[in-house]
Amino acid sequence: MMTEPIPGPDATASGSLALDVRGLSVAYASARGAVSAVDDVSFAVASAEVVGLVGESGCGKSTVAASILGLLPHRAQMRGSIRFDGEELVGADAERMRHLRGNRIATIVQDPTSSLDPTFSIGEQIAETVRAHATVSRATAKQRALDVLAEVGIPDPRSRYDDPPHRLSGGMRQRVVIAAALVNDPTLIIADEPTTALDVTIQAQILALLLRLRDERGTAIVLITHDLGVVATVCDRVVTMYAGQVAEQAPVLALFAHPSHPYTTALLDSMPSAGQRPGGLQVIAGTVPDLAGALPGCRFAARCAHRGPRCEARPPLATVGEGHDVACWLVAGGVGL
Amino acid sequence: MTTSGLTRDRRLIVGVTILGVLVLAAVLAPLIAPHDPESIDSARLLRGPSLSHLFGADALGRDVFSRVLFAFRISLVVSAGSVGLALLIGVPLGLLAGYSGGWVDLVLMRPVDMILVLPALLLAISLISVLGTGSSITLIAIAVIFFPILARVMRSSAQVVTTLPFVDSSRARGMGGFGIATRHVLPNALGPVVVQAAILMGFSMQIEAALSYLGLGTQPPTPSLGLMLFEGRDTLVQAPWAEIFPGLAIAITVLAFNLVGDGLRRHVNQHSSAA
Repeated sequence: MMTEPIPGPDATASGSLALDVRGLSVAYASARGAVSAVDDVSFAVASAEVVGLVGESGCGKSTVAASILGLLPHRAQMRGSIRFDGEELVGADAERMRHLRGNRIATIVQDPTSSLDPTFSIGEQIAETVRAHATVSRATAKQRALDVLAEVGIPDPRSRYDDPPHRLSGGMRQRVVIAAALVNDPTLIIADEPTTALDVTIQAQILALLLRLRDERGTAIVLITHDLGVVATVCDRVVTMYAGQVAEQAPVLALFAHPSHPYTTALLDSMPSAGQRPGGLQVIAGTVPDLAGALPGCRFAARCAHRGPRCEARPPLATVGEGHDVACWLVAGGVGL
Repeated sequence: MTTSGLTRDRRLIVGVTILGVLVLAAVLAPLIAPHDPESIDSARLLRGPSLSHLFGADALGRDVFSRVLFAFRISLVVSAGSVGLALLIGVPLGLLAGYSGGWVDLVLMRPVDMILVLPALLLAISLISVLGTGSSITLIAIAVIFFPILARVMRSSAQVVTTLPFVDSSRARGMGGFGIATRHVLPNALGPVVVQAAILMGFSMQIEAALSYLGLGTQPPTPSLGLMLFEGRDTLVQAPWAEIFPGLAIAITVLAFNLVGDGLRRHVNQHSSAA
C-alpha cells in the first residue's frame, strides 16, 4: 500500500487547508466479494483554492464526494482520514455530519431541475437551509435567502422568492442551487458536474459566478467534472482519478503542459477541438476494469499503450515536479521492458 | 401546479357536481325533508310516489324521500369519518415505512400486510361482534379495513419520491430526517393517496350499506341506506320505490366518488410523468 505523504498545496501553510483527504478507501460488500470503489486516495484543498476532480464515469469521483459529506450508503466501508478544517470526519457521528452539511460543507449538483423540490418555492428552499442550521426567525431566514439570491444574480429576488422552480430557466435554477449552497457561508463547496446540464453560454456565466464567490469569500471548491475545458478555465489544481485511484495530480498548467500519466494523456487527446477533421475523435480503447475482488497491479494497465511487466505491481506515487505527482511506473523507474 | 387540467376533466366535473349536490342535500336534510323520517302513518302504507311523497312511502307509511335524505347524511358521515381516520393512521405509517426502508419498513408493514390478507367484510363483522353495533363502531371497523390499503399506497409512493434527487439534495443541505420526510417527501407523495381515498369513500358507502343490511351497522329506527334496503325487501313487489330510491342513492354516490377518483388519478399520473 502506498502511504507516502502527499505534498499538499502550500504544504508549509497546512493551517489553511480546508480539506485534507488521506489514504481514503471505500469498499462495498457484494455477492462477488468486496468492491473497491475508492482505493487509497489522497489530496488536499486549501482555502480559496479550486481543485478539479477529473475522471470518467465510475472512477470514484462521486464516491469521494459522498464520503466527505457523510452520505455514503450504510453498507459502504470507509477507511483512511478526511480532515475538514482540522476536524476528522471519518467516524464522526451522524448529527455532527448533518450539522456540517449545507452549513460548512455545501454541495452543488449536476441537475438543478431535479434537485429542487417542485412543490416548494425557490425562496423557501433556501430559507429552509438556513433554518436547518440556525435557530432564527422566519423573517431573518427569508432576508438571508433574498440577500443570497441577489448575490448570485437573480434579478428582483423579492418577486422571485415565491416562484416554484419550474417558472425559472435552467441557468436561473442553477443560480438558485448555488444560492442555497452559499446561504450559510460554507468553508468548502463540492460542485458535482455543476454545468453539465447547461448550455455553453450559461455554463460560462455559472463558472464565472463560482470564481467570483471564491475570490470574495475565500471558499474552497472541489469541482467534480469530466470536462477538461472546464478544468482549464477554473481550476488551480487537478486530481485525475482512474478506477478509484489517483492517477495524477498537478497544478493545472503543469497538467496540461506535461501530462505524465498515460491516462491523463489519453484524456487530453480525447478532447475534441475546433478545426478537428471529421472522424478524428480520439477515444480511449477498452473500459474501466471490474472493481470487485483483488486488483494488485496498475488498474489502467489493460488499456495502456505503454504497459510492461512491472505494471503487474501497483505503481508508487512519484513526484515529477512542484506539487505534481504521478502513479505510473513510467516515471518511477520504467515499466520493465 | 396547473389547475386548468383539473377543471377541464369532464369526469371530474360531473363527479364533483353530483357530490356537491348530494353533500348539500345531506347538510340541509332537516330543512329539505318534507316529513319526519321516523314518523309512522298507517294512512299512507306503501303509497306510491306523489307530489307530497316524492319517493312514496314504505311498509310503515314513512316518507321514503325524507328517509333517504337522512340515511344519506349518516352514510356520508360514516364514509368521510372512516376514510379520514384511515388516512390519519395510514399516511404517517406508510410515510415512515417508505422513507425509512430497512427494518423500520419491515416491522411496520408486516402487521399491516396481515390485516390486508383478511377478507374485508369478514374483518368488519368480527370487529363489530367484539365492539358492538352502531354507526360509530361501523366507522371504526371500516377505518381498520382501509388504513392498511392507504398505508401501502403511501409507502410505495414515498419510496419513489425518496429516490428523487431533490430529497438527496435536501439531505446534502443538512436537513434532518423528520424535516425531509414531512416537508419534501409527504407533499410530493400524497397524490396517489388522495386518489385512493376518493375511491375508498365510495367503497366505504357500500360497506356501510352492507353492514346495515345485515343488521350490524346503523340500528333502527335511525334511517340508513342499507337498512332501508333490508326493510324494503319484503314489499319489493308491492312497493318497489322503498327499495329503488335508497339503492339509487348508493349507486349514484359510489359512481360520483369513482368519477372523482378516476379524474384525479389521471391528473396525478400526468403530473408524475411530466416531472
